Amino acid sequence: MNLITVSGPPSSGKTSVILKTIESLKKKGFKVAVAKFDCLYTDDDKLYEKAGIPVKKGLSGALCPDHYFVSNVEEITKWGVDNKFDILISESAGLCNRCSPYIKGIKAVCVIDNLSGINTPKKIGPMLKSADIVVITKGDIVSQAEREVFASRVNTVNPAAAIMHINGLTGQGSFELSTLLYDESLNIETLKGKELRFPMPSALCSYCLGETRIGESYQMGNVRKMKMED
Amino acid sequence: MKKTELISKKISSLLNEFPFLSAFFNDNGLELKGKKELTLPEYFAEFDEDEIEDRAIDAENLISQIGEFIEQMIAFLGKDEDIVKTVTILPGTDKSGDKEDFGKLEIHQGEIISIVGPTGSGKSRLLGDIEWVAQSDTPTSRKILVNNDIPDNKWRFSSSDKLVAQLSQNMNFVMDLSVFEFVELHAESRLVENKEDVISRIINKANDLAGEKFSPDTPITSLSGGQSRALMIADTAILSKSPIILIDEIENAGIDRKRALKLLLSEDKIVLMATHDPILALMGDKRIVIKNGGIYKIIDTTEEERTILSTLEEMDKTLLAYRTKLRSGEIITEIQKENIN
Ligand SMILES: Nc1ncnc2c1ncn2[C@@H]1O[C@H](COP(=O)(O)OP(=O)(O)OP(=O)(O)O)[C@@H](O)[C@H]1O
Ligand SMILES: Nc1nc2c(ncn2[C@@H]2O[C@H](COP(=O)(O)OP(=O)(O)O)[C@@H](O)[C@H]2O)c(=O)[nH]1
Ligand SMILES: [Mg+2]
Ligand SMILES: [Mg+2]
Repeated sequence: MNLITVSGPPSSGKTSVILKTIESLKKKGFKVAVAKFDCLYTDDDKLYEKAGIPVKKGLSGALCPDHYFVSNVEEITKWGVDNKFDILISESAGLCNRCSPYIKGIKAVCVIDNLSGINTPKKIGPMLKSADIVVITKGDIVSQAEREVFASRVNTVNPAAAIMHINGLTGQGSFELSTLLYDESLNIETLKGKELRFPMPSALCSYCLGETRIGESYQMGNVRKMKMED
Repeated sequence: MKKTELISKKISSLLNEFPFLSAFFNDNGLELKGKKELTLPEYFAEFDEDEIEDRAIDAENLISQIGEFIEQMIAFLGKDEDIVKTVTILPGTDKSGDKEDFGKLEIHQGEIISIVGPTGSGKSRLLGDIEWVAQSDTPTSRKILVNNDIPDNKWRFSSSDKLVAQLSQNMNFVMDLSVFEFVELHAESRLVENKEDVISRIINKANDLAGEKFSPDTPITSLSGGQSRALMIADTAILSKSPIILIDEIENAGIDRKRALKLLLSEDKIVLMATHDPILALMGDKRIVIKNGGIYKIIDTTEEERTILSTLEEMDKTLLAYRTKLRSGEIITEIQKENIN
């Protein structure tokens, strides 16, 4: 089975792109499923179900969604392998724009949209910078000039990625993406032993553990202070 | 450039050799002040563990990306502009799997091709095939050749060498910039040399096309629909490197469509236009008729049709004149026959 991780800021068009791309993959005879990770709430699983796509949903609740993802991705992979899917796509929102739990040897797709502003590529961390494929959506509602400027900014922060333009509403470009996803040589039976492409932040402070009171004397563990001089 | 070379040079000498690298450092939020005399590995070694974690710095990856970026930019700057003289469509199959019935369709620089056909017939798929330079790997199995050759893969994935630029129906601007700043931003991303000249040329051309004039310091978000379209077309004609322009209808309001097409052609573009408007359809040198997913007919616009086009254009003007009258509060009393010959 191929595992493909899809990440991107909320509402960037991940679900739309995945749905359209799976249409093309199904036509080619692939068995495709989705694992949806989110924080507090998602309806995406219903959209996938409606499209006849097997889906598993995980909500991280009070935990960091990316940590939650890594802790569960092996079980999800097992579910996919047991069900003999050819392709399992994970959808997760890169909530703090910093990290995304991309895995070495697993294809990583980042979805961002043209409306997010031309400085956005600068602000997104490894989620964008270490993706193999960057999908840019919502080109239909901006000008050609804005599309070109945005794509060139993405290219500057991730020159090695294939940049694809997809319209999440009509699906234009999703067929083309579907041809880049499946790779026989990337088939896996398990994720055990695989490594993250980039370490996650080692956040563990008193507030992670439920502290609610404010003030220096309540702060323990990994605490860092702003520089206040000048 | 070899990796060994890349990691042994000082940043200052890299910047000297490749001035465009400053954009890379800037866009990646990498501060260079006081650190230019270091090599790349020395530079990244100066970050402490907290910074590396906080800012998600992956030195290994960044160094290899710098190498990649340099290669791309050298290729982009150094090459003679790719001149696309012809694009050829080789037949595939329609939705029923039947072979399309034409030998091949060659489209030349400076030509306008209109694409007509009912909703769902496959117009967008044809445009998609061209954009993706299909090699029998799309649902239509069509093949696209560029300059009579199997095309380079770069047309698919490079951010700077797109075969196709699209003028979309909704030409909204979302940035909070003046017309001048907006065009400047685009010009900078294309690394043009004579920036000021290019910018003023674009704004002048746009003003030629638009009904009402606008100045360089107008915020783009306050341009009218017609003005936005005019700016977009002028900008795409002059700044976009893509040799092919796809147009999904040009709305008839507030812009001189004939001049717009002329401007695109004067920049040696190939124009493909999906349309339901008979005037636009007849402005093409040829029109492709799509049916059931396949190219059903390819028709050269006849002399007779060109004559009829002028009549249609007159009718169109008459309609527009009524529209102007209604807009300005007049009451219409009779058909103005003098406009229709
Ligand atoms: N030759 C073909 N073989 C198989 N499928 C095709 C073929 N041509 C088009 N299709 C499919 O038919 C559907 C409709 O085509 P498309 O969206 O291109 O229509 P359209 O002419 O652009 O319609 P509209 O006028 O509504 O924009 C798409 O899913 C497309 O992939
Ligand atoms: N205009 C336009 N809207 C889009 C496009 N892609 C997605 N959308 C819309 O953007 C919204 C968010 O999309 P969704 O796929 O749910 O984003 P996700 O949160 O990243 O999964 C939805 O209303 C989509 O219909 C696109 O290419 N163009
Ligand atoms: Mg979603
Ligand atoms: Mg269409």
